[in-house]
Amino acid sequence: MSPPTKFILSAGLILGSAAAFATVKTGDPFPALAAAGLTGTLPDTAGRVVLVDFWASWCAPCKASFPAYSKLQADYAPRGLVIVAVSIDENPAAYERFVQNLHPPFATVHDRAQQLVRQVNVPTMPTCYLLGHDGKVRFVHQGFHGADSDRELRKEIDTLLAEPANPS
Amino acid sequence: MKSIPSRPRLAALLGALALATLGGCTSANLVRVKPWERAALADYTMNPGRDPIATVNSEHVYFSRESASGGRGVGGSGCGCN
Repeated sequence: MSPPTKFILSAGLILGSAAAFATVKTGDPFPALAAAGLTGTLPDTAGRVVLVDFWASWCAPCKASFPAYSKLQADYAPRGLVIVAVSIDENPAAYERFVQNLHPPFATVHDRAQQLVRQVNVPTMPTCYLLGHDGKVRFVHQGFHGADSDRELRKEIDTLLAEPANPS
Repeated sequence: MKSIPSRPRLAALLGALALATLGGCTSANLVRVKPWERAALADYTMNPGRDPIATVNSEHVYFSRESASGGRGVGGSGCGCN
């Protein structure tokens, strides 16, 4: 093998390994929450429409999103929506203080080792993923933009909840 | 005697080197602070405008030196949220 060929192959290998840091996107199966090393109590999500939100105590838009998610919980939990808020705080005290102050009515868990957030490779903070009954990502919402975010999420949640749980 | 690379082989080698180097620069996964790694950047102490008196003083020095006021400074810290 000639030196230029070896060099080109090596460069391809390096670039390929960088691309292997895959981002979870619409249509992909979402990683199993139970296997992600999360601290806290996970609700039963099997066959349910799930909203997984990645947040941090130091992220101002994340804090602003919690009242909106509380309203979503009140409006949609009786219809089958499950909200799981995943904190990516490295500081456990900051996570606990945030949860104690806001008392969210939905499940909050802690990804202290930042294992799940790395696996999902979230593009910004906050980002939420809406999962269909089959556990696949159906909608990804980046950031939190007040009423616009609320409107978009409600539209997608309505669509997902209207779908049959076990299509045959 | 040691063989000298021919001009086309040298050009191919340089092209591959440029491709590898510039290709690495375009990857979003390399040398970039990930959104979940920005806790320190979002800290209050990272806000250059956290001390109003010091800010007014430095602004005074700045516009006196530049003969222009305003036009600089951004709000918030560096968390890059949203």
